[in-house]
Amino acid sequence: MTELKKKTPAPAAAGSDGSGPEPLLKVDGLVKHFPITKGILKRKVGAVQAVDGLTFDVRPGETLGVVGESGCGKSTMGRLVTRLLEPTGGKVEFQGRDITHMSAGKLRPMRRDIQMIFQDPYGSLNPRHTVGGIVGTPFRLQGVKPQDGVKAEVQRLLELVGLNPEHYNRYPHEFSGGQRQRIGIARALALKPKLVVADEPVSALDVSIQAQVVNLLDDLQDELGLTYMIIAHDLSVIRHVSDRIAVMYLGKIVELADRKSLYEAPMHPYTKALMSAVPVPDPRRRGAKSDRILLKGDVPSPISPPTGCRFHTRCWKATKICGTTEPPLLQLKTGHQVACHHPENGEDLAPGDAPLVADVITVKSTAATAPAAEADEAGTVAEEATEPEASAEAAAPEASEGPATPEESAEAAPDGDGDGESGGKASAATPSEASEDSPKE
Amino acid sequence: MSGATKKDSQAADAVPAPRSGDDHAFLSVRNLSVHFDTDDGLVKSVDGVSFDLEAGQTLGIVGESGSGKSVTSLGIMGLHTSERARIGGEIWLDGEELIGSGPERVRKLRGQKMAMIFQDPLSALHPYYSIGAQIVEAHRVHNKVDKKTARKRAIEMLDRVGIPEPHRRYEDYPHQFSGGMRQRAMIAMALVNNPQLLIADEPTTALDVTVQAQILDLIRDLQKEFGSAVVMITHDLGVVAEIADSLLVMYAGRCIERGTAEKVFYEPQHPYTWGLLGSMPRIDREQTERLIPVKGSPPSLINVPSGCAFHPRCPYADVPPDNITRTERPELQQVSDGHYSACHMSREQRERIWTEEIAPKL
Amino acid sequence: MTRPPARRRTAVAAYIIRRVFAAVLLLLVVSAVTFAIFFLVPRLGGQTLDSMAAQYVGKSPDPDVIAAVKKNLGLDQPLYLQYWHFIKGIVVGAEYQFGPDPVTCNAPCFGYSFKTHTEIWPQLVDRIPVTLSLAVGAAVIWVISGVAIGVVSALKRGSFFDRISMGVALAGVSLPMFFTGLVVLALFGNGEYVPFTDDPVAWASSLVLPWCTLALLYSALYARLTRAGMLETMGEDYIRTARAKGLKERKVVVKHGLRSALTPLVTIFGMDFALLLGGAVITERVFSFQGLGAFAIQGVTTADLPKVMGVTLVAAFFIVICNLLVDLVYAAIDPRVRLS
Repeated sequence: MTELKKKTPAPAAAGSDGSGPEPLLKVDGLVKHFPITKGILKRKVGAVQAVDGLTFDVRPGETLGVVGESGCGKSTMGRLVTRLLEPTGGKVEFQGRDITHMSAGKLRPMRRDIQMIFQDPYGSLNPRHTVGGIVGTPFRLQGVKPQDGVKAEVQRLLELVGLNPEHYNRYPHEFSGGQRQRIGIARALALKPKLVVADEPVSALDVSIQAQVVNLLDDLQDELGLTYMIIAHDLSVIRHVSDRIAVMYLGKIVELADRKSLYEAPMHPYTKALMSAVPVPDPRRRGAKSDRILLKGDVPSPISPPTGCRFHTRCWKATKICGTTEPPLLQLKTGHQVACHHPENGEDLAPGDAPLVADVITVKSTAATAPAAEADEAGTVAEEATEPEASAEAAAPEASEGPATPEESAEAAPDGDGDGESGGKASAATPSEASEDSPKE
Repeated sequence: MSGATKKDSQAADAVPAPRSGDDHAFLSVRNLSVHFDTDDGLVKSVDGVSFDLEAGQTLGIVGESGSGKSVTSLGIMGLHTSERARIGGEIWLDGEELIGSGPERVRKLRGQKMAMIFQDPLSALHPYYSIGAQIVEAHRVHNKVDKKTARKRAIEMLDRVGIPEPHRRYEDYPHQFSGGMRQRAMIAMALVNNPQLLIADEPTTALDVTVQAQILDLIRDLQKEFGSAVVMITHDLGVVAEIADSLLVMYAGRCIERGTAEKVFYEPQHPYTWGLLGSMPRIDREQTERLIPVKGSPPSLINVPSGCAFHPRCPYADVPPDNITRTERPELQQVSDGHYSACHMSREQRERIWTEEIAPKL
Repeated sequence: MTRPPARRRTAVAAYIIRRVFAAVLLLLVVSAVTFAIFFLVPRLGGQTLDSMAAQYVGKSPDPDVIAAVKKNLGLDQPLYLQYWHFIKGIVVGAEYQFGPDPVTCNAPCFGYSFKTHTEIWPQLVDRIPVTLSLAVGAAVIWVISGVAIGVVSALKRGSFFDRISMGVALAGVSLPMFFTGLVVLALFGNGEYVPFTDDPVAWASSLVLPWCTLALLYSALYARLTRAGMLETMGEDYIRTARAKGLKERKVVVKHGLRSALTPLVTIFGMDFALLLGGAVITERVFSFQGLGAFAIQGVTTADLPKVMGVTLVAAFFIVICNLLVDLVYAAIDPRVRLS
């Protein structure tokens, strides 16, 4: 966000070592598993490990961006911290109070302070209620009586989000997508919340409208001193709005860092690949295709995520330890936490470990699967893993994901600036062997 | 019909064409209009769009929802089957005019000479037929081959688009594929007959960014290999910057700017293009300024604003004299070689605003 | 290369076995519930064992006879034992000590009417073909005509044909069976049911009128459903894809459109057909056919519980079987059902 924000007491500057002001929201080891049941008896056959051990803080006044691909658990996380879902494990503290398993009745007063904005400006507004009714609902639900009456307050809110207060009696269908999202924002702001969790607030909107809403969120934060947690898949939007950013992959936070640090020198290979995949609106950079790290295949299934580091099946830097030991989220630089054994732009935490790739190549040659084996299989196979005959097969494609490494990644420089020295070279040795397996010559 | 090529190109010259020669480009769209009769009135989804595209080149059509970009592409494919659709203008594909040539002729070209891939591969593939069967069907419509040969071809295509174990996946149904794999299968289906024109309508919008990168890479590689012309329809300026040689920006059913990607990105001439560029958060730089959104919302296509359709949202609507932006519709005018823009402001005014006011803030 | 189809076949086989097993289970549950209703509910309604036993005796309220009936029928036994005897009777038959001579009820024994002194099962067997003939013939007519009209209406939406056929369909849905039936009777007169095995031609001609009467109602309904399903399907993305491939419009409609549009109809058809098999009560009544529906009415009006119970069980059986068939047909149509 902008200069304006930097004038407000920027908590991000305090660093992420926990020495800053008391966090508004404190999340510790948050877990959510959705059980998968089968048959009439609802026997539990597995669980979707949507969120699997998240630990982070949200500090007052900041914007925490949460970014990741579909299925990484970011939306589930948003619903957990707003307690629309009850966590399976871990702890959520809001202003020092444990709300992890708080009952609906006790949560009610808390709901004033934590509000949510949803992605779909069409689906989240009741078409049979007027805008005035929708924005005024929180007052009724919470039994709050604004000083000048609900109507005056609602009109003030409508004006605040850039809508005409005279449209108080109109229905949602009379508004465009961007205006509806403004209505959703007005409703979220009605009770002067402290924390606003926005789940993909602009991704359903057209580009020009998206910018209006981003600016609006920005202005409201300055005006009302809000704290945001913004969940989005768009790394450009996240870069623009966030002070700190958490990158999620398969239910875990793989990297949590200040914006500048994250975008200028990402340390987790996944973050790096993610950033390099975003198309840059700059035709002259098109030739620089070598910047791009093309991850092979898809994200594995959260029903049976890979052991160790969850990214190791698609990571070009993976070594043996990555398949066995889960890397903890460690602070490797000021304001920069990473969960990786071999971070980019930093010191290798497990130097000299045997690369996983060599191992994988042997497996491949014996398994003799199709030459262009890709990680895609993991998803399908994982679902069938309950059947005994499929389990043998599960090993092969999973292992063969290892060489899913583009040759380009060897000289890949981090996006945005040129100091890709250490990390880039470390990965240079292994992929050349593997690249012959890549579908593209 | 194709005998009339030369005569008809005379008419085409009335609209500014980036080509000066007598004959048409590989794909040449002239004054295309697609209007729909609805109970609320005539919806002018596309209202006079022209462009040329050579084989081996990629044209990006950019615009927001309702700008008419998808309607244009469906128009080229002859896929507006509704009786309420009124289609006008000319579409020349490899020297053959399509709008006047009758639905049966266009059907024969569809899937053969021109093919299309769609935004959401899950809904665009039939849930009841296996991936292989759907590709085989696409092949056998236009080729008299037996099932075995078609099957071989389908597996070859699946392999070519990077689907692992194509023999096995051939039997699978769309719901057993992941999003990225489905789009690959869709591309395999579109390319099974080596079409010379590929239209991709938001092919990566429903996909994750890492998968999007794979798919764009694939399209680019295949284009290089087959030398086909590609029309890439998207709302994402990043995607077109990646892949397009030339660009067409649409607003309210009309083309408001057209030119090479370089020109449109670095010397944009239309305030709406400025708006799009200013609205976009950038991943590649630390932004200190606020975004510069376009105010207001896109217009209704039934009551398109008078004059320049963009004038109610344009910050410079009062720059040109005599209220002309509200009374007269600006036509596309050549700015430089191959670069056209439909704006009433003078070129000097636009260049001054761009270099002094807009560019520094991006 | 050979493994995947095998794995798929296993999955399909497992699916079928699961559904059949579930169907058998469901039948047992249904029979138990039916049994409980007929034997337990009257007691809850204040009847004594004696008064219940009296129902089986007819018009001779001799206390000794009543006591004998009570004992022989096992009314004094706990319910689960009674149910067990009932099920056993279906499998191996039963014997009732009634009056001077023992009465045998051969397997499958679906009960014995003490009022008419007849076994239920042979009567059901006599009547099932009547109802089956009625239902099958009508179903063929209404499916063919309904789907055909629906498809043409959908493809020519807003046309003259569409408006007329949908208007007629609305009327067809609105007209009650007993009205159309009586009109048809008045116009064409009545015919006697002739068994198929006797003379197929006479069988068909005797059934044409009831078939058409019954089919009118349903084909109107099916035409509307088909039209709606077809309109929805033809707007799907995959239809656009089929056209983009260059398929001929007829192939687009039949291969890609119709198959999806008709899928939801399978469920509805299964239910409608099963209900008809349980007794097309009004149609049978109007055309004086001795089918299951007429039998049930007879049982109800004479308070002959075993008859009602017999028809109920047969009807439930048909519904469960049709449901099973619907599930299997669904799996055959939609790979998402059989492969997930």
